[in-house]
Amino acid sequence: MTTASKTGPAPPLVLTPYLFLLPAMLVTLAVVLWPVAETVWMSLHNFILFKPRNVPFIGLGNFWRLLNDEVFWLSLGHSLVWISLVVSLQFALGLVTALLLNQSFWWRSLARSLVIIPWALPSVIIGLTWTWMYDFNVGVLNDVFVRFGLIDKPVAWLAQPTSAFLSIVVALIWQGFPFFAVTILAGLQTISAELCEAADIDGATRFQRLRFITLPAIADVIATALLLRTIWVANSLDVILVMTGGGPGYSTYTLPLYAFLKAYSGMEFGYGSALAIMLTLLLLLVVFVYVRRAAKELDQ
Amino acid sequence: MTDRRSPLQRLFELHLPLLLIVLFALGPYVWMMMTSIKSNADIGAWPVRYWPDAFTTEHYHALLERTSFGVNLLNSFVIACGACVLGLSVSLPAAYAFSRYRFRGRRLLMTQFLVINMFPIVLIIIPLFVLMRNIGLLDTFIGIILGHSTFAVPFSIWMLTSYINAIPKDLDEAARIDGATTLEVLRLIILPVVMPGLVTTGIYIFVTSWNEYLFAMMLSGQNVRTVTVALQLFIGEFSVQWGLLTAAGTLIALPVTLLFLLVQKRLVSGLTSGAVKS
Repeated sequence: MTTASKTGPAPPLVLTPYLFLLPAMLVTLAVVLWPVAETVWMSLHNFILFKPRNVPFIGLGNFWRLLNDEVFWLSLGHSLVWISLVVSLQFALGLVTALLLNQSFWWRSLARSLVIIPWALPSVIIGLTWTWMYDFNVGVLNDVFVRFGLIDKPVAWLAQPTSAFLSIVVALIWQGFPFFAVTILAGLQTISAELCEAADIDGATRFQRLRFITLPAIADVIATALLLRTIWVANSLDVILVMTGGGPGYSTYTLPLYAFLKAYSGMEFGYGSALAIMLTLLLLLVVFVYVRRAAKELDQ
Repeated sequence: MTDRRSPLQRLFELHLPLLLIVLFALGPYVWMMMTSIKSNADIGAWPVRYWPDAFTTEHYHALLERTSFGVNLLNSFVIACGACVLGLSVSLPAAYAFSRYRFRGRRLLMTQFLVINMFPIVLIIIPLFVLMRNIGLLDTFIGIILGHSTFAVPFSIWMLTSYINAIPKDLDEAARIDGATTLEVLRLIILPVVMPGLVTTGIYIFVTSWNEYLFAMMLSGQNVRTVTVALQLFIGEFSVQWGLLTAAGTLIALPVTLLFLLVQKRLVSGLTSGAVKS
């Protein structure tokens, strides 16, 4: 089939694309694929960093230990609540923002630029500025809430289990809703104006237009954004690390944070690796769905 | 579509809610910057003093004169530039191959780059620390730059592939008929046209690397401490000196905010091109 009449120049050597890919593959191999293989290896050993000569093979011992580890189940539970709360609220706020920004008014492009700002900030700053606002003694949130009569006296937001957890959720919503807003906005702008006008002429109310025209038209965009964000939120641990470090007690532990702390502070690299692999396995389904959608692009 | 709502309705259904959202988005950021230019007395006042009588730059002076923050800024800059250069230079040829060639394993390799972009950081960071320690790259620029290439390379490959896909193949073919080699096509035809996309991707890598915390903390020590790691250490060290901390935060946040605002339109269209079909 490929030897059909060739009038143009000879096709480039088949080797060319592989050569072009070589540098990227080498880097990836060194810093991603090899380390991941190493993680699998470590998870099967009792690897403790300061005992490099004594690394016994323990098979699935780490995973067995994990099933009986209360903190693992606690972290997993937190992770699930954390993901569903953060992603759904980021999405809700992002959708509302996008619908507002999709109308025409004079300060629209300014609003669009300003709303996007939290997205650009590093998580350490997000942790810092929210910790500062939640401050017990002179924090601005306590001041505002007391002034408006919402609370009688200042609350130590980050020092109590439930409020600490919810406080971090709020900070994460702040960081992530701009992503939903701009992504959904980009989707909204592809909806033809004629379609809305036709519905308008047919007497559809604004809610009906939203329900039957707008939302179905951007369903794909929303699904992709939700999948991406779920993966991202499930993996993120830096804001929690900065704001509470998991505390008070274990009340803000999530799975990636637990894995990280086990390795970083506990020096238990074997067990930390097992936790990381567990997280990956749990996420695999979401990643799989996302990749299948994105892979439709490949054959363009 | 014409809006039949009255101005009052528009005020309550559009302007006010959006204003609230903008305030929510900007509030913490503005509050951080405001704190950084207040005196310690104003910062520690209760009830909170929103608009002090006088502003001061004392925290910025203290930060740059008494701490190593200036060096940290420089470190972060070097690392972010390095991540940019490494990421773009290995990704451009790879993206060209993905866009212009159909070869065995293309689908698998592209999927691989997509999947590794979603790996939990903890999955990579733990062994990467051990690896860097074994080959002596812990606490070096190259070590952290390599660490950041774990997200920079896959991301750039996907972005650049979609940018190159948008360039008509006729351009390549015309050049080839004129006798250009593949490398010449890449350098003389593709590179100039894809330049805006390259800049956008580069800026995104720069911002992500500048903002990155976990790799930088895990892989650095005294020598190449980045701003994010330094700030986190300050939080422990100067726990109640909010003026100093917010000054550092402002210096970290301002440059990336500006860069981000500069490219946000093109960036969003690149990021969402997979999700949004126009």
